[in-house]
Amino acid sequence: MAELAAKNESPEVLFWVGCAGSFDDRYKKVTVAFVKILNKAGIKFAVLGTEESCTGDPARRAGNEFTFQMLAMSNIQVLNMYGVKKIVTACPHCFNTLKNEYPELGGHYEVVHHSEFLQGLINEDRVRVEGGETFKGRRITFHDSCYLGRANDVYEAPRKVLEALDADLVEMKRCRTKGLCCGAGGGQMFKEPEAGKKDVNIERVEEALGTGADTIAVACPFCMVMMTDGVKNKEKEDSVKVYDLAELIARAEGL
Amino acid sequence: MALIQQIIFIAALGTVAWLVVRRIRIISAIIRLGRAEDRNDQPAKRWAVMFRVALGQKKMFDRPLIGFLHFAVYAGFILINIEVLEITLDGLLGKHRLFAPFLGSFYPFLLGFFEFLAISVLLACTIFLIRRSILKVERLQPSRHREMSGWPQLDGKLILVFEIVLMIAILTMNAADSVLQDLGSEHYTRTGDFFFSQFLKPVFEGWNENSLIIYERFAWWLHILGIFVFAVYLTYSKHLHIVLAFPNTYFSRLIPKGKMHNMPEITNEVKMMLGLETSQTGEVAAVPERFGAKDVQDLSWKNLMDAYSCTECGRCTAACPANMTGKKLSPRKIMMDTRDRLEDVGKNMLANGGEFADDGKSLMGDYILNEEILACTSCNACVQECPVLINPLDIILQLRRYKIMDEAQAPGSWNMMFQNLDTNQAPWKFSPGDRFNWANELRQEQP
Repeated sequence: MAELAAKNESPEVLFWVGCAGSFDDRYKKVTVAFVKILNKAGIKFAVLGTEESCTGDPARRAGNEFTFQMLAMSNIQVLNMYGVKKIVTACPHCFNTLKNEYPELGGHYEVVHHSEFLQGLINEDRVRVEGGETFKGRRITFHDSCYLGRANDVYEAPRKVLEALDADLVEMKRCRTKGLCCGAGGGQMFKEPEAGKKDVNIERVEEALGTGADTIAVACPFCMVMMTDGVKNKEKEDSVKVYDLAELIARAEGL
Repeated sequence: MALIQQIIFIAALGTVAWLVVRRIRIISAIIRLGRAEDRNDQPAKRWAVMFRVALGQKKMFDRPLIGFLHFAVYAGFILINIEVLEITLDGLLGKHRLFAPFLGSFYPFLLGFFEFLAISVLLACTIFLIRRSILKVERLQPSRHREMSGWPQLDGKLILVFEIVLMIAILTMNAADSVLQDLGSEHYTRTGDFFFSQFLKPVFEGWNENSLIIYERFAWWLHILGIFVFAVYLTYSKHLHIVLAFPNTYFSRLIPKGKMHNMPEITNEVKMMLGLETSQTGEVAAVPERFGAKDVQDLSWKNLMDAYSCTECGRCTAACPANMTGKKLSPRKIMMDTRDRLEDVGKNMLANGGEFADDGKSLMGDYILNEEILACTSCNACVQECPVLINPLDIILQLRRYKIMDEAQAPGSWNMMFQNLDTNQAPWKFSPGDRFNWANELRQEQP
C-alpha cells in the first residue's frame, strides 16, 4: 500500500490479510492462493504489509474492549491515511469487525469477504475455473463459519464459488442458519475449552465425515485449524482434506 | 341467586384486574431498571418484524408440525377471547348467551368455530404434554438440563393442564346447555346444537334439569374463573411470552448479529491515549461506575425484557455448541437466571419501599458462573433459534466485559493473548516485522 501511495496510485481493493493469513503456516497458503488468483485476474490490489494490525476481534469477544479499541483505532488511522475505500479479507472475523464495528469508530469502508469477491470474479468471468486440477465427481462439503453466516447472512457466496468447481457438493444436516460452530469463536481459539464431555470441533468433524466428502471446504482461518485438528483426531487426514475456498479455486486454475 | 352470581362475578373480575395491573406495573418498573438503549429507530421495519415473527409466528414454523400445533393453541387463545367477552358480559349483566339474539343463525356457526378451536387446543396441549412427560423431548428434560428442575418443569406442565381443563369445561358446558335447550329449560336461549359438543350430549342423557343446570353453571364458573386465575398466573410464569412476544420482537435488533455494542466511554479514553481529538471538548469524560455488566441494572432494558419474554423452550440451548458438548453454558439458563435475579430485585424493592437495598448478590457470580460465560463461542446459534428474538449472547458478552475489564479475571491464556495484542498487534507471539513474510514465497517465484 505504501508503495502505491508513494506513486500516488490507488488500488481497486485492499486485501486485508489478517493475523492467521500472515503468521499461521497453514493459512499463509490461503493468502498466497488468493493473491495468485487476484494476480491472474489482473486485479490491482494492495496489502498493508507490516502496517496491518489485528482487527481486535478476539480481544473484543473475550471482553477486553480497551485492547480492541486501541487496535481498531490505529488500524482506522492507517486505513484512512491511505484513503482506503474497499477491503477484501479471507477471515470472517476480520470481515465482521471491519464491516460492522469499525464505522462507529470512524472507519467507513466497503468490506467484502473473499467468498463474495471470488463469486463476483467468477460471475464477471474474470476468473475462469479451468486449466488445473479437476474436481468433477469429487464430494465436497462446506462448513459455514458463524461470523460469515449467522453473523452477516452470507450463505450463498461460498456455495456459488464451490459450484464453479463442478464438484459434487453435499450439505451437512446442520448447515446455513443451522450451521454448527467449529468451536473457535468468541476467543475460544486462544484458550483451552471449558470442562465438558467432547470438543466442539470433534462434534462438527464427525458430521462432516458423515457426508462421505473427501474435501471439507472452509472460509475462515479458525475453522481451518479446528476442522484440520478434528480430522487428525479422527485419523482421517490421509483420506479427507480441509481446504479454503481460495485454495480450491487456485488449484482448479492450475496456479 | 342470579344476583349473587353477578356480585361474585364482579368481585372476581375486579380482583383479577387489580392483581394483573399491579403485576404489570411491577414488571415494567423492573424492566426499566435496565440501562437506556434506543430501539425506536426504523418503526416500519419493526412493525414488519413483529407482524412476521410474533403475529405470524414465522420462526415457530421452522419445525412445521410443532409450529402448526403451537399455532392452533395461539389462534385458539386469541379467538376464543371473543367468546370470553360474551361470557364476561353475561357474568356482569346476569344474562345468558347475550350475543345469540343479535347474531341469529350465525351464532351457532360462530360457536361451532370456537368449539373447533377448543378441540384443536385440547389436542395440541395433550400432544405437548405427551412430548414433555412421555416422549421426553431432550431439551425439556431436567435430567439433562439443570435449569429445568423444580418449578420450571412443573410450570410448563401446569399451563398445559390448565388449558386442557378450560377446554373440557367449555365443551361440556355447551353440551349440557344443548341438553337443557332440548328440555325447554327456561333460561337457556334456543340456539340449536353446536358442531362439536353435540357429540358430548349422550354424556348428559338421563340427567334431570336441576343436575344439568348445576353442571352447566359449574362448568361456566370453572371456565371463567379458570381464565381469571390463568391471567394472574401467567404474569408470574414463563407463559408471559404470549404478551411480551409482541413488544420483544418489535424492539429486537435490526443490525447484523455479528456486531457488538460499542463502549463510547472507552472510545474517549483510547482517543486521549492516542492523542486524538475526543468528542467531548474540554470536559473530562465521565468515568463509568463499572465496565460491562455485573448485575441486572447494568444490562439494557431490552436484555431485561428478553428475560421476561423467555418461555424456556430451550431451542437456544439445544443449538448451543458448548451445551451439546457437555459444557456448563446454557443460553436458556442465562435468560432464566436473569429473570430470577430480576424477580429477586423486584421483591427486594417492594420490601424496601421501591428502592433497591443492596443484598450483597449479583447476577454474575451468584446466578451465572464464570465457567458458563467462558464456554461461549459467540456463534449466535442461540440468537438464531429464538422464536421471539431473544438475545442471550448480548448478555453473555456484557458479563464477560465486566469479568475481564472490571475484575481483571481472565484465563491465563487470554491474558497472554491480550499481551500479545498489546505488544505485537497479533494474538500470537510473532514479531510485527514478520507480518509480510508470507509474500516471500511469491517474490521468489517471480523472476
